[in-house]
Amino acid sequence: MTTLKKTKAGISTRQIFAWIVLGMIVLVTLFPVWWVVRTGFSSKQEIYVDTFNLLPVGPTLNNFKRVLGMFSSEEAVAQGGTAGAMNFWMDLKNSLVVSTTTILGQTFFSAMAAYAFARLKFRFRDQVFFLYLTAMMIPGVVTLVPNYILMARELQWMNTYRGIIAPSFLMTPFAVFFLRQFFLSINHELEEAAKLDGASIPLIFVRVILPMSVPALSTLAILQFLGNWNDYLWPFLIGKGADMRTLTVGLAVFQSQTPQGAPDWGGLMAGTTLSLIPTILIFLFFGRRAVNAIQFTGFR
Amino acid sequence: MTIRTGAQTARRNEITWALLFILPSIIGFLAFFAIPSVRGLLMSFTNWDLLRPAKFTGIANYIKLLSDKEFLHALRVTAYYVVLNIPLQTVIALGMAVMLDRFTKSTAIRGILILPWLLPNIIVALLWLWMLDPTLGFINQVIMSLGFERQPFLGSVTQAMPTIAAINIWRHAGYTAILLFAGLQNIPKDVYEAAAIDGADERQMFMGITLPLLRPVLIFVLVTSLIGSFQIFDTIVITTKGGPVDATRVVYWYIYEYAFVRFKMGYAATISVALFLILITITIIQMRYFNADSSDLD
Repeated sequence: MTTLKKTKAGISTRQIFAWIVLGMIVLVTLFPVWWVVRTGFSSKQEIYVDTFNLLPVGPTLNNFKRVLGMFSSEEAVAQGGTAGAMNFWMDLKNSLVVSTTTILGQTFFSAMAAYAFARLKFRFRDQVFFLYLTAMMIPGVVTLVPNYILMARELQWMNTYRGIIAPSFLMTPFAVFFLRQFFLSINHELEEAAKLDGASIPLIFVRVILPMSVPALSTLAILQFLGNWNDYLWPFLIGKGADMRTLTVGLAVFQSQTPQGAPDWGGLMAGTTLSLIPTILIFLFFGRRAVNAIQFTGFR
Repeated sequence: MTIRTGAQTARRNEITWALLFILPSIIGFLAFFAIPSVRGLLMSFTNWDLLRPAKFTGIANYIKLLSDKEFLHALRVTAYYVVLNIPLQTVIALGMAVMLDRFTKSTAIRGILILPWLLPNIIVALLWLWMLDPTLGFINQVIMSLGFERQPFLGSVTQAMPTIAAINIWRHAGYTAILLFAGLQNIPKDVYEAAAIDGADERQMFMGITLPLLRPVLIFVLVTSLIGSFQIFDTIVITTKGGPVDATRVVYWYIYEYAFVRFKMGYAATISVALFLILITITIIQMRYFNADSSDLD
């Protein structure tokens, strides 16, 4: 009896300790993000004076207006900002176009391939699939320079959407692998029934397989969307012109324009805050699915 | 008779459709993965500035690479980063995973923990550039209010790399913890109960049950995070651009400079191949280790 009581008490102190540690981890995770938002809403002069205040100091929307190009460059400089605004809407549009197109193509074409690898029989099937698997092991650094040359010389797709999108539009090895695993795990019965009814293979794929696979397809799409959305080097190399910048590239350019000695922190953090919004939205709407998707990738 | 021809037609049909189904992916695979990989390898034996035709130079690039002091420096800096980054990140993540497993299965908390990983590297780097700013940054305000001297962090030769490692631990620890947490869910709870009945304490259970049974997932996490860690780039673009002096001039940055600043495509390809060889060697070593010890539950 006494030993039981003791362990119970022991567990509860340990639990309190664990909750405190977890609470600190959550704080360390969230606080810097809040600090970005807080700075974005603070006025330039107050940032220098009131460095410790947890709330926006001298609350203002001027930083956001400046980043969104709602002031002339003279007004912006007078506020302590930089003449170059971020062209946020253009960058946002580019990011949306690039990421959405990429995942639509990639998910659909990878699903087709994955279905063939999982269910259809043809010569060299396993050999081709093995080749795809090996490609998963090749780090991006190997193909970076050759793919750049392909875009710059042979295809002449510099500064175009298709140049940014093409390399992962038709497939990524991971997408094919992920969906093949899923198709292998789903029940044959519905397919067999459809086959007996005389349904053709594409009809089975579109009418039976795809509707059954919505959870897996959307999980993959979310993961790949985030990957594309966060990508920097490739869109930077291909989409150099101001009209082709994605959000990450736009932010990096904006940062490089701000004076080194006294950066326009208010403006930078306002731009960062705006760029955070899409990710936060995905996080709020698909958070649970994203967590589960990431847990799944651990077992690929 | 009719049945057999029917089956044959169906078979031929299946092959035709299968080929049509994999065709788009094969085009994508050849154009952007397979051929570029081979091309990268071929380029590494040439001298090519994109203006004049490529000139075959045999293994000259590789010989140059072996005695290239800047490359060796880049390699050393990268290895230093990996050593600062991976062990600490894995230990923190493991601790977080065990705590999540024991005390809360809340998806909300796991969601918060992966948030930094969902953010683009560029944003994470900007965020910390501001937090760590020498004059106005929040971290330095805290340090000074505690009575210590302000720290240069990213502006110092000695502190820059540890700081970048810390930034990436912040971004990846939660994500890694979630992967390890998923692995922990596969360990049957009755193993712990049996050990508890035998009088095993917390530490013994962790060393005797958790670690060995988690090994496959742990190795997977180590392999992928090591490969990622060797390719650190985005954070450096925002925070240090390879500086101060050459303190954060990692291999990927060196490749970037050769390819896109100096336009020496051949030599850039050579460095890429070298990095690839290093990564594949590390992976094979880790996989061997993994296979040799994969006898957990089975």
